[in-house]
Amino acid sequence: MSKDQPISPAVMAQRRAPSAPTEQAAESDQVLLTGSATDVVAPEEMTGSQAIIRSLELLGVTDVFGLPGGAILPTYDPLLDTDKINHVLVRHEQGAGHAAEGYALASGRVGVCIATSGPGATNLVTALADANMDSIPMLAITGQVASSSIGTDAFQEADIVGMTMPVTKHSYLVTDARDIPRVLAEAYHLASTGRPGPVLVDVAKDAQQGSLTFSWPPHVELKGYRPVTRGHSKQIKEAARLIAEARRPVLYTGGGAMRADVAAELTELAELTGAPVVTTLTARGIFPDSHRQNLGMPGMHGTVPAVYAMQQSDLLITLGARFDDRVTGQLDTFAPNAKVIHADIDPAEISKNRIADVPIVGDLKHVIPDLTQAVRQEFADAQTPDLTTWWETLDSLRETYPLGYTSTDDGHGSPQHVIERISALTGPEAVYASGVGQHQMWSAQFVDYERPRQWLNSSGLGTMGFAVPAAMGAKVSQPDRVVWAIDGDGCFQMTNQELATCVLNDIPIKVAVINNSSLGMVRQWQTLFYDGRYSNTELNTGHDSRRIPDFVKLAEAYGCAALRCERDEDVDATIQQALEINDRPVVIDFVVSADAMVWPMVPSGVSNDQIQIARNMTPEWKTED
Amino acid sequence: MSRHTLSVLVEDKPGVLTRVAGLFARRAFNIHSLAVGPTELSGISRITVVVDADGELLEQVTKQLNKLINVIKIVELAPEASVQRDHIMVKVRADAATRLQVTQAADLFRATIVDVSTESVVIESTGSRDKIHALLDVLEPFGIREIVRAGTVALGRGPKSMSDRALRH
Repeated sequence: MSKDQPISPAVMAQRRAPSAPTEQAAESDQVLLTGSATDVVAPEEMTGSQAIIRSLELLGVTDVFGLPGGAILPTYDPLLDTDKINHVLVRHEQGAGHAAEGYALASGRVGVCIATSGPGATNLVTALADANMDSIPMLAITGQVASSSIGTDAFQEADIVGMTMPVTKHSYLVTDARDIPRVLAEAYHLASTGRPGPVLVDVAKDAQQGSLTFSWPPHVELKGYRPVTRGHSKQIKEAARLIAEARRPVLYTGGGAMRADVAAELTELAELTGAPVVTTLTARGIFPDSHRQNLGMPGMHGTVPAVYAMQQSDLLITLGARFDDRVTGQLDTFAPNAKVIHADIDPAEISKNRIADVPIVGDLKHVIPDLTQAVRQEFADAQTPDLTTWWETLDSLRETYPLGYTSTDDGHGSPQHVIERISALTGPEAVYASGVGQHQMWSAQFVDYERPRQWLNSSGLGTMGFAVPAAMGAKVSQPDRVVWAIDGDGCFQMTNQELATCVLNDIPIKVAVINNSSLGMVRQWQTLFYDGRYSNTELNTGHDSRRIPDFVKLAEAYGCAALRCERDEDVDATIQQALEINDRPVVIDFVVSADAMVWPMVPSGVSNDQIQIARNMTPEWKTED
Repeated sequence: MSRHTLSVLVEDKPGVLTRVAGLFARRAFNIHSLAVGPTELSGISRITVVVDADGELLEQVTKQLNKLINVIKIVELAPEASVQRDHIMVKVRADAATRLQVTQAADLFRATIVDVSTESVVIESTGSRDKIHALLDVLEPFGIREIVRAGTVALGRGPKSMSDRALRH
């Protein structure tokens, strides 16, 4: 960084480039509103709460998830009168938050949730943190006590803006009704542009009750917010040059590619370069699993070819990924010989964990086509690189170490088999949401992902209980798709109250509880690293246990269709049966072995070279070159 | 680790200082000093923050600061290209026997006596960090009762203004 120079994202991106053109910095100075915010509404008197509903309508919001309470009561009144916004009444605010996330992930639109002050707002915190980690566009509106009472420890008062500063992209406290349209327009814009994320708008009760002259569009001014869209052309050219030189390149794609909606652009680049593609947990589906160049998921539970390819690579073409510790393993031994091209819309991700040789700040929607163009030029000028040797190695690994599983000694059913069959019988047009743990990793491994937005899960934060409410939100945004929540017995017990919401609002999701009667991933670590001392991981929901609760009875109590399957040979018939029930949610209790483990695995804190394909079994590496 | 002075233009919005301070805390960046106040432009405040950070870490600090929506612009002020001042008030033990020595010491540093009592004086001084350290070293033997010190403020040398380009549009 040069001294006495402005340090802006554009400049940071160009810091290795000799000259700094200003075209892209100027481009986004003007804030362009998203949604249908360009509609013009003549000035009209109304209350703050009417303005909230009206603003949401004008922003194009059609569905919101929420639960009323004292401080948000004024806003729930005009909600009765709108025919443009469908409000889904949840049973717990965390459910509203995850539903908004699922809605956003499945549709690409901003997910909206509403809660009251104090505990209502604090119940949203987990979902906000989750959305922040995974860059999910989300707008959370909370009621706040009247502005005259703020700071007095009033009933149901909580400083939710203060509390959520570290876990939101931005937040607002509104104490004047006149600010409502502007703040909501800004919040929606911030949530959905640049690196997306959650934005919280906390509205004091007197601001909701106060009056204002409403007009639209509001004057929006965000002086400090100018996301860079176009990548720097010199860096793109340099990236293309490295791609033409590389002999062991890997396209490392992350969730940013999903947010930028670049499936087609990515496929074009991949096919042009011929390089292998790895899709991280948040990027599953951005590049079809069936594509010959897809090596699968990298990282702690990634495929052997994906992990090996990155370790042996001489060039990581990083697109919207962030070198998360679950991908890199021990950082200083990660991909030791690779140069790094790192393209991301967030300049702070570049060189945060791994130093980038070629940083490109920009929106992948522009960067990838520009890069493709530059690579095409480079290949025309020089020569298309010969990746035959690289592919021979990778193909042989793919053949020797495919993803797979073996049945356990206890004779109980395999969780992997259940998930594999759900995918096979339902297909890629469905949406698959999961919780966090073993069932999540098996879902990432054994469901076939062919399209973006097919896979929803909590990746960065690792939030147990994500699946049911996220599937609910996804089903609201994609009513014509089959939506599966592949859940664990631990996760399911955290948020299954939203089954009531699903039944009453006619949101027929399908829940597969992969019931291994335990907190399976923790139990796996106890098996491997704590001598099988199972401290507090037995949940007593499956085989040879008291089955508290009985998931079939629980689901029936909620008015869901409930099925149970305990043997591998019944799996197909049970899934078929579930697929035929579409008038209400279905819950299937798949009771499986507690001893099944997620493989491959890179133990925590060691080099990815130490990947194990089964307990204490490391692949035979052929050294490259 | 080396010390760097960053000047940060921010929108004068509620909570902006909390956002900046909170960012430093949660990303485990070390703040050495921090000063905030209004600027020549209404609605814009300037935060001067001195951090202990090197290369990549300093870059990460500025990138993370830039992500805050209320942050408009950040400039690193190099010592040779800027004027940097600390401000201090020191209450020193000074009775009839030592008062003259104390006031002479203050004079040497062109510091000002702003309060006198039978047992003490309060000395006010503005200057570089080094000068303030030297002043404190000289006063130490007399007995320092209290110190209050404001964070470093800094301005780039020459005619350019940091706010010119950032807020032109």
